Amino acid sequence: MNSLFHHLKTFTQGGVHPEEQKLSAHAPTAILPLPKMVSIPISQHIGKPAVPVVERGDTVKVGQVIAKIEGYVSANIHASVSGKVGKIDDVIDSSGYKRTAINIRVKGDDWLKTIDRSDDLIKDCALEPEEIITKIQEAGIVGQGGAAFPAHVKLKVPDGKKVDYLIVNGVECEPYLTADHRLMLEKPEEILVGASILMKALQVEKAIIGIEANKADAIDILREKSVGYKGISIEELEVKYPQGGEKQLIKALLNREVPPGSLPADVGAVVHNVGTIFSVYQAIQKQKPLIERVVTVTGKAVANPSNFWVRIGTPVNTLIDAAGGLPENTGKIISGGPMMGKALNNSQVPIAKATSGILLIPKQEAERGKVYSCLRCGKCVEACPMGLEPFQMMLLAKKGELEEAERQNIMDCIECGSCSFECPSNRPILDYMRLGKTLIKKEKQAKKADV
Amino acid sequence: MNTKLLTVAPSPHVHQAQSVQKIMFGVIIAMLPVLLVSVYVFGISALYVSMVAVASCIIFEYAIQKYLLKQVPDVSDGSGIITGLLLAFNVPSNLPWYIVVIGSLVAIGIGKMSFGGLGGNPFNPALVGRVFMLISFPVQMTSWPIANNGFWNIDGTTGATILGLMKEGTQNGQSVQVLMKDSPSYTDMLLGFQAGSIGEISAIAILLGLVYMLYKKIITWHTPISMLTAVAFFGGLLWMFDPRSFPDPVFHLLSGGVMLGAVFMATDYVTSPVTYKGQLLFGAGIGLITILIRCFGSYPEGVSFAILIMNAFVPLIDKHIKPHRFGANSSPSYTKSTGK
Repeated sequence: MNSLFHHLKTFTQGGVHPEEQKLSAHAPTAILPLPKMVSIPISQHIGKPAVPVVERGDTVKVGQVIAKIEGYVSANIHASVSGKVGKIDDVIDSSGYKRTAINIRVKGDDWLKTIDRSDDLIKDCALEPEEIITKIQEAGIVGQGGAAFPAHVKLKVPDGKKVDYLIVNGVECEPYLTADHRLMLEKPEEILVGASILMKALQVEKAIIGIEANKADAIDILREKSVGYKGISIEELEVKYPQGGEKQLIKALLNREVPPGSLPADVGAVVHNVGTIFSVYQAIQKQKPLIERVVTVTGKAVANPSNFWVRIGTPVNTLIDAAGGLPENTGKIISGGPMMGKALNNSQVPIAKATSGILLIPKQEAERGKVYSCLRCGKCVEACPMGLEPFQMMLLAKKGELEEAERQNIMDCIECGSCSFECPSNRPILDYMRLGKTLIKKEKQAKKADV
Repeated sequence: MNTKLLTVAPSPHVHQAQSVQKIMFGVIIAMLPVLLVSVYVFGISALYVSMVAVASCIIFEYAIQKYLLKQVPDVSDGSGIITGLLLAFNVPSNLPWYIVVIGSLVAIGIGKMSFGGLGGNPFNPALVGRVFMLISFPVQMTSWPIANNGFWNIDGTTGATILGLMKEGTQNGQSVQVLMKDSPSYTDMLLGFQAGSIGEISAIAILLGLVYMLYKKIITWHTPISMLTAVAFFGGLLWMFDPRSFPDPVFHLLSGGVMLGAVFMATDYVTSPVTYKGQLLFGAGIGLITILIRCFGSYPEGVSFAILIMNAFVPLIDKHIKPHRFGANSSPSYTKSTGK
């Protein structure tokens, strides 16, 4: 720091500043009492759904595999509770669609004996890179930042590509959410050990943990603890959305731009969320698969904005009740943050591996404002972190001019929502961009099928 | 738990506080100092002309939506008020009311609604109205009331603007230095004590509006600063080349509609480019054309024409000046640049 006005690192193009509203930042993560029933979807990740290996009536222990990985891009599913397997049935998940889920009636809390449930920190890991990746795959770990991409796939660097950095995403740029923040505060060393393990798996020398400046306490504690860990540095980042977007984070930390259609590995980086890193620690050092995670329950009208350790498959209303109940004026229940989260149509939806928060939005904020004509003010262009012209894309998608939309790089869109957030005319820009992208993907698949 | 009444919609679920109305209202606030100075300098007639223009614009917009376009009429976005005020800002305060009404009809009817209303028009509607009036009623549009002629005086003494005197004089071979003796002092021009259109006389009041709009993040600096810089630069170039025939850059900045155009006319969202780079080019183009018209054209003033001409270039600018596509210039040999 040689200048008086030290500029924090950040991505350079676009971005917006929604109100932070980190209401639950000071609420220590509490253990949520076990629900009576959990409903564990077999597809909580990108890729193929896992295949159930239990049947109705089976008794399962905590940590036992109940659905097996199918193909490479997929993930194991484990029992998050002990008890009796009920119906294997369709439930509505956070996508709004019905998906197969394994219901388990909770009985006691009987864990597999192999799992180390103590809080003791285990630093050393003697496993070879291959063994680490296999163990991560067995533990069913997926990206917990929201995308739910199977972690073992990301760790296998394709031949011919050289990765030199592991990036740990502790940005949590979504307003309201504090799950990653609390995890960094409460489990800093576990995260550092987890990062060291992933560095070993990736065979890289350097790791950077990127954290937004509004989490100064987490930055301090990780900086303090990181002294004993070789090659790991902590970087404070400007508070700007979407700082935690994979491409934006790589740009901010390494000043490298992932080319369109490429992967972070193409510019030498692999990015994992802090939650994922913590799960890696547990899988490798504690033999514990991904069966629980930190979930923030928050909202302006919520009595006690909280953070909970939640078993996967717990229905959302259990969490809401634990945070003081559903406020009278609730207009929207969102799984995730306000910028990219999904609005739920009922409160029975189960918590999945990638559910970082439950946000309750009051009625008056739940409805969109009146839509006016596009003024060509350019605020969406200014806000777009990918350098697109969203107002144009919306019109093209609306008119079905997909070829032109594709020529204007609509497929680069990361769906961060900055354009719709900024639009003074309340235009549903991102809705139409999603539509355009979906139609283009469909067309491509149809073409493939023809060939 | 009754969750039947939940709203389900795609993200994002939050929205920033700015809305079309707030933006339009902000622009109107920014215009008030200009109007106040004008009322002080020209008397109640400035307010009268402004009210006539605003009322006609709103009524015409409403009527066209209802009877010609058969829409549910909605003028709540406030853009009609701005068009009306800007139209008034571009005419002398002693302009007969019926010319103001005709100008409003052209501005709204042809300039705006014929393209489908707010957001569709390629040209600044107020300037379309202004240029129509200038060509159709050249005498009334160029007889300017002189400053401080009494508050209640409507049919006052008229005179020429300093730009008019300058054009006539230089065309008759007089030197700029001699002509400048008739010019109001730069302090008076800054404050607003000069002949001219309702909204163009006081640079200070207009700059106050600029600061307010920048502070409220309604506009960015790119268009106005680029236009003012271009006026000063190209005006200054000619002045250095031949100070006998061309006035100095400060004169260019403070006279006529340069300030009004840069702050309130060229910054119109609908008719200016969407990217910052495009806005810089757009502003510079307006500045250059303004100086060319002022120094070599037959009209004493060229801001309106310059803006309209550059309006026509906006689609071209937007087509060719694109934001940087993320990752487009990223080279695979990244490791070299990071010192490995």
